[in-house]
Amino acid sequence: MQAKVSVRRFNPDEEQPKPYDQQFDVEVESHFTVLDTLIKVREEIDGSLAMRCSCRASICGSCAMRVNGHAVLACKARVSEHLSDDGEVRVEPAGNQPVIKDLVVDLEPFWNKIRAVEPYLQPSMPEPEGEYLAPNDVMLHLVDVMGCIMCGACVSDCTVLEVDPNFLGPAALAKAYRFVADTRDEEDGKRLGLYNGYGGIWDCTRCGECVQACPKGVAPMDRIMALREKAIESGTPPGDYDGAAYGYRHAEAFEEIVSHNGRLEETMLVVKTLGLFNLPKMLAMLPVGLNAMLHRKMPPPIAPKVPGINQIRRLAARIKMNKEGAAY
Amino acid sequence: MFSHDVLVLGAGLAGMRAALEAARSGANVAMLSKVYPVRSHSNAAQGGINAALTDRGDDWHEHAYDTVKGSDFLGDQDAIEVMCREAGQELINLEHMGVIFNRDDEGRLGTRAFGGQRRARTFFVADITGQAILHVMYEQILKYNVRVYDEWYATTLITDHGRCGGVVAMEMRTGEVHVIRAKAVILATGGLGRVFEPSTNALICTGDGMSLAYRAGAPLMDMEMVQYHPTTLKGSGVLLSEGARGEGAYLINSRGERFMERYAPNMMELASRDVVSRAEITEINEGNDIDGCVLLDCRHLGRAKIMERLMYIHEVAMDLVGVDITKDPVPIRPGVHYQMGGIKTDVDGRCWDPRGAWKGVEGLFAAGETACVSVHGGNRLGANSLLDTVIFGRRSAQAAMAYASANNHLEFSEDTWVGGEKATMQTLLDNNGGGDLVAKLRLDMATAMDEGLGVYRTEEGMQQALDAVRGMKDRFKNVIVQDKGKAFNTNLIFALELGCMLDCAEAIAVGGIDRKESRGAHSRLDYAARDDENWMKHILLYQGPGDQVTKEYVPIVITQWQPEERKY
Repeated sequence: MQAKVSVRRFNPDEEQPKPYDQQFDVEVESHFTVLDTLIKVREEIDGSLAMRCSCRASICGSCAMRVNGHAVLACKARVSEHLSDDGEVRVEPAGNQPVIKDLVVDLEPFWNKIRAVEPYLQPSMPEPEGEYLAPNDVMLHLVDVMGCIMCGACVSDCTVLEVDPNFLGPAALAKAYRFVADTRDEEDGKRLGLYNGYGGIWDCTRCGECVQACPKGVAPMDRIMALREKAIESGTPPGDYDGAAYGYRHAEAFEEIVSHNGRLEETMLVVKTLGLFNLPKMLAMLPVGLNAMLHRKMPPPIAPKVPGINQIRRLAARIKMNKEGAAY
Repeated sequence: MFSHDVLVLGAGLAGMRAALEAARSGANVAMLSKVYPVRSHSNAAQGGINAALTDRGDDWHEHAYDTVKGSDFLGDQDAIEVMCREAGQELINLEHMGVIFNRDDEGRLGTRAFGGQRRARTFFVADITGQAILHVMYEQILKYNVRVYDEWYATTLITDHGRCGGVVAMEMRTGEVHVIRAKAVILATGGLGRVFEPSTNALICTGDGMSLAYRAGAPLMDMEMVQYHPTTLKGSGVLLSEGARGEGAYLINSRGERFMERYAPNMMELASRDVVSRAEITEINEGNDIDGCVLLDCRHLGRAKIMERLMYIHEVAMDLVGVDITKDPVPIRPGVHYQMGGIKTDVDGRCWDPRGAWKGVEGLFAAGETACVSVHGGNRLGANSLLDTVIFGRRSAQAAMAYASANNHLEFSEDTWVGGEKATMQTLLDNNGGGDLVAKLRLDMATAMDEGLGVYRTEEGMQQALDAVRGMKDRFKNVIVQDKGKAFNTNLIFALELGCMLDCAEAIAVGGIDRKESRGAHSRLDYAARDDENWMKHILLYQGPGDQVTKEYVPIVITQWQPEERKY
């Protein structure tokens, strides 16, 4: 089978380096991954093609890159599944990170964000003589998060990082979750306070791209949501960052409105989250409201009553009771 | 100027464990690695890590005996005793650092069975044990703020009068060549699987450290002992963990028989790796194969157990060969996996003998797969490799720190070393017409090695491989590097790696031809039996003089276990 591989190239050694696309025609076999294909290009056609790769078995995390516009692990992506009808596949470096050469991106910002979450176990008790006792189900749950190979595919496709490079990002926050969920780590309060800050857990927009991009099923966004839940439920103060304060109130208002009215009322949600007298923020929401109105998406200011509302309220109360009863 | 007391080359488990030990003691330590630490190949250790915990009723002597027997009595028993005695504490250290580990019902560390061992003493994290430990070790490196030269490639050990004083290395991002001074250098550069094709090893496993040490005057030991892992995927050679058989998976041939009955009636699929690999090749050669493979059958383990404990091999088999191991057996065959041999060291990682029984390079240390202590002898037991890395990584750091505090930096001219290295690289870059591409030459070498030094070997086959490799050393002088640039020139690095691999290939073939017996992974059709009378000794190889390889023999250290017939 013939594949036309279009590779986004960039050579910093040139006087005025500019990215450009180069097409390689490669004979591929049906089991070839995108990585096999690129290795063939590198070995047989153009040795100057720069990329990172090592294990060929989705465990070292070197070969995250964009294939047809989305981040994948090249050694896990079968090339035949990514070919267009014309037999083309488009390969570019991972997104949201500066390019060093061809498919090699600068990972220093990535690692700096990992460092920022204090990524090491912090037990406060003196070490036991033997191992710490820990329930197997907690450990098995952590295996799913430890499955992260730090490939950065999630960071490549994160839509928040596109507009705000300060966001800690899905990989670092998934790493952060690993410690909060580890029963041996006793610094949850401190950690959650840290993660509540600017660029932390409240800056995720829940677009889901990281879940889609992750080749190992770590589901970073779900971990970020779990951190939010833990921050609120553990009573960790939202701290100085407005974003966290709004995040807390948004979550609380959401629950309050749904459990009282049986449905979400967006107008009320905005008012309760921002505060009625928070004029600057309320004014800033005006264009959004107007836009919604223009597109006939403005919810009615007074919503019709939901049938069976009493039952919904009883359900809500029971959920609340169960949660409070459960040991945190 | 870059200068440290202790410089660690390589950032896999051995390297990171060494750097961590030094950092905790407050030493001026740095690590240098050609890839980011978590990309290291320790990641690929799947099944687990061995330790005999006394509070589980286990005894390190039993672990040591299993290891000695597994090594086919080629391992040095003093070193094996050290490793097995210290295993329990080191395992607990790992757990305290934050490694998650599967647990038993009481929340204590749980075990699984592994090959060549009479009791279950393999501690594990599903089938990603190496990755789980490697990432936690890197967490500790970040915690202690260890200086890491990420994506630097070391090209030469700086030596003078048999003492090492640092390295010459290229910063890959810029292509600049630098000297890093160090009072002590620890090599933890891993294995050499890429010398063969196919292999379970990552593309970075190119024997760099072994070659660097060898060129600097240190001996390589028992290089003929190359482990073939029994369960690797056809084609790519990617590994499927021994953990599968540890959990109870079967090996079956084309007739549906569990053929291990005939080769190892007691241990069956969990005999030592050399034994199982030979059995598979025999089945394949006798025509009981399916397209050159036999089958690994996990179906009876049930989906729940597979998804909890073998999820990674489930993923890999699905991705790479399209087999769902919960539903179908997966075709596998033996593949090159691990180098038992390596840079000769003592039990503290020293690459020279202070007592003078053998030579080497002072101030140089080695640990992990690149070293040969020797704890694995002729055949390494599964799950002893992770243990080897952390035990001897730590010990080599302790010895290196002691050496560094007793010695000054070596005096030398940085310009001379940098200039020499740049000239070597330029010579390679200047090659234009007539030569081979790097990848072509690498594949020719790896194919020749696979043919001549496979599971079964003969004088003739090994000699052919050696002749071929020596011819390739000549061809290497004209190898073509297409990338003439400076930034991230991986093409140039592959050429330098190939130079290292050719050294290793030659040593493997020379050692193989020399050892006229069958022991452990070294199985000769022309000398089918183990010969304890003549070969209870290690083969040391020194480079030089000139193109020659100089051989030396040192006796195997026996403390309490005399050689006996090896049956499983």
